[in-house]
Amino acid sequence: MTNEYRKLPPEAFKHVHMDGSHSEKISKPSLNFWQDAWLRIRKNKAAVVSIFVLLFIILMSFIGPMISPHDFETQEITHANLPPKVPGLEKLGIFDGTGNMGGQKVNLYEMKNVDTYYWFGTDGLGRDMFSRVWKGTQISLLIALVAAVIDMVIGVAYGGISAFYGGRVDDAMQRIVEILYGIPTLIVVILMILVMDPGIVAIIIAISITGWIGMSRIVRGQVLKFKNQEFVLAARTLGASNGRIIKKHLLPNVMAVIIINTMFTIPSAIFFEAFLSFIGLGLQSPDASLGTLINDGYKLIQFQPHILAIPAAIISLLMIAFNLIGDGLRDALDPKMKD
Amino acid sequence: MAKYILKRVLYMILTLFLIATFTFFLMKMLPGSPIASSPKLTHEQLAAVEAKYGLDKPLPVQYGIYMKKMVQLDFGVSYQFKGANVTELIINRAGPSFLLGIQALILGTIGGIILGMIAALRQNTVWDYGSTLIAIFGISIPSFVFASLLQYWIGVKGGFLPVGLWENGWQSSILPTIALAMGPLATSARFIRTEMIEVLGTDYITLAKAKGASGLEIAFKHAFRNALIPLITVMGPLAAGLVTGSLVVEQIFAIPGIGEQFVKAINSSDYSLIMGTTMFFSVLLILVIFIVDILYGIVDPRIRLTGGNK
Repeated sequence: MTNEYRKLPPEAFKHVHMDGSHSEKISKPSLNFWQDAWLRIRKNKAAVVSIFVLLFIILMSFIGPMISPHDFETQEITHANLPPKVPGLEKLGIFDGTGNMGGQKVNLYEMKNVDTYYWFGTDGLGRDMFSRVWKGTQISLLIALVAAVIDMVIGVAYGGISAFYGGRVDDAMQRIVEILYGIPTLIVVILMILVMDPGIVAIIIAISITGWIGMSRIVRGQVLKFKNQEFVLAARTLGASNGRIIKKHLLPNVMAVIIINTMFTIPSAIFFEAFLSFIGLGLQSPDASLGTLINDGYKLIQFQPHILAIPAAIISLLMIAFNLIGDGLRDALDPKMKD
Repeated sequence: MAKYILKRVLYMILTLFLIATFTFFLMKMLPGSPIASSPKLTHEQLAAVEAKYGLDKPLPVQYGIYMKKMVQLDFGVSYQFKGANVTELIINRAGPSFLLGIQALILGTIGGIILGMIAALRQNTVWDYGSTLIAIFGISIPSFVFASLLQYWIGVKGGFLPVGLWENGWQSSILPTIALAMGPLATSARFIRTEMIEVLGTDYITLAKAKGASGLEIAFKHAFRNALIPLITVMGPLAAGLVTGSLVVEQIFAIPGIGEQFVKAINSSDYSLIMGTTMFFSVLLILVIFIVDILYGIVDPRIRLTGGNK
């Protein structure tokens, strides 16, 4: 290998002239920050797969309740506790409506004379699990969206204002955060929900009280770091207004950190809603969230494992997808933090 | 340092005071009361009961009494368990919860450190992907899902370990501990991996390599120690996560701990027990964060505790 170049004939070489005019030529198209990040995230297989999984779950949560022949809240007591049965797959011996009955495997659909299909089975009150699971997923996604918006709006504004104006404003705002930061989130959330009627509104208000603090601290740190740098000073010298400095110079620099942090806020908000629903402080029947479905399923785990398995699988998939996308974005947007 | 500790202690007291005030007024705003819903009481009996619990006095007076009692660690009497002192109820339940919490913390951090180190030392191999996968699962799968699966597959189907309750001594604590430990395990594994990789890229590791130190020596003597220090910072959030987790895990495994009692108190509107447990959790978590901050300054003197923004 090392001596191979000696075998090349002299004709293989040619003189190259140094041309000063081309030395500054840019051979590749220059990419901006986001194009660069996109190239990097595209290489991360886990993140790409997660984006597809997430898109699939989002899509299904909207069309799922529509394509199911059954309503999410209609109770059909005679159809209670049916295992999943899917047309097509039943011929393969899976999802054919076979379930446990007194220790024996029997086709519960034939036994109960049910001639319709419940793709994910039914719960203890005979409600269609397929519609309920996707309705519940909608709730989780709504919580995710709200948590992300609160984080981006309140957290970023609070941290940004505190750092940008500095001085006495910063002092006062940080004293408030220091106190709020000490209060465990769990405590605030549980207390708020006790006062209000349990439900989606209570959960959203509870999240908005404490959810933004982490983000505000991070944004404040970032803005403090950037606001005294030369490029901001230069902009100021050229007569840029505060608004322009914030919009054109500070926000683009802080954006990566904001996005990364939001991506990690989302799974924890989804978890919190499910957790509250699980301990009985969340949504009330007939509304369903993934947490309440898991709670229902947990009680019947020995007899009807499908009632727990399906919502548990979907919430886990959702959380894994968000975490992996978050990881991917962190690596793509912030090469310094890359492991 | 002394000035910093004093400042932090003052903040802690202020935070606790605010939580106590907040809790008190929230509880007063709550609709209904455990006494009013009792239909058999006559008007006089109702008044007598209210007088007994001090509910007939004006709000500021009630607040004053509440605060004074709280300082003396007296959280009043539970409505749910007749005449039982809230402080005693919490203390009686503390044993199983603390055992589970500490076991889970130890298992989780040690397991996480091992996983994280394997991943960092064998970067981009099957070992790395395997431990990263475990960490992602641990972070993503909610504790109550994991706990119910564990209970079903190992307790019910497998039958090796008790399904629940606290009657078989230490054996009963194994499954709930594993369920609780998943969170700390995943967090510390990810954390240690990132830190180790960063430390392994520093100049002093290159120097150690150049001087001929063996791979194991570098990993344990040089890299590991420095990677470990920042792990202290995640201890605060980990403790908060354990408290959250204990509420559901204790419920699922029917363990007579504080968390299970708290959920019951919430579902039966036992206000004094809720207030007592809330304060207990708050003190616990605030103390953990405080100790972690102080410890961090001692272990790593480079950290400026006074945390200026200059």
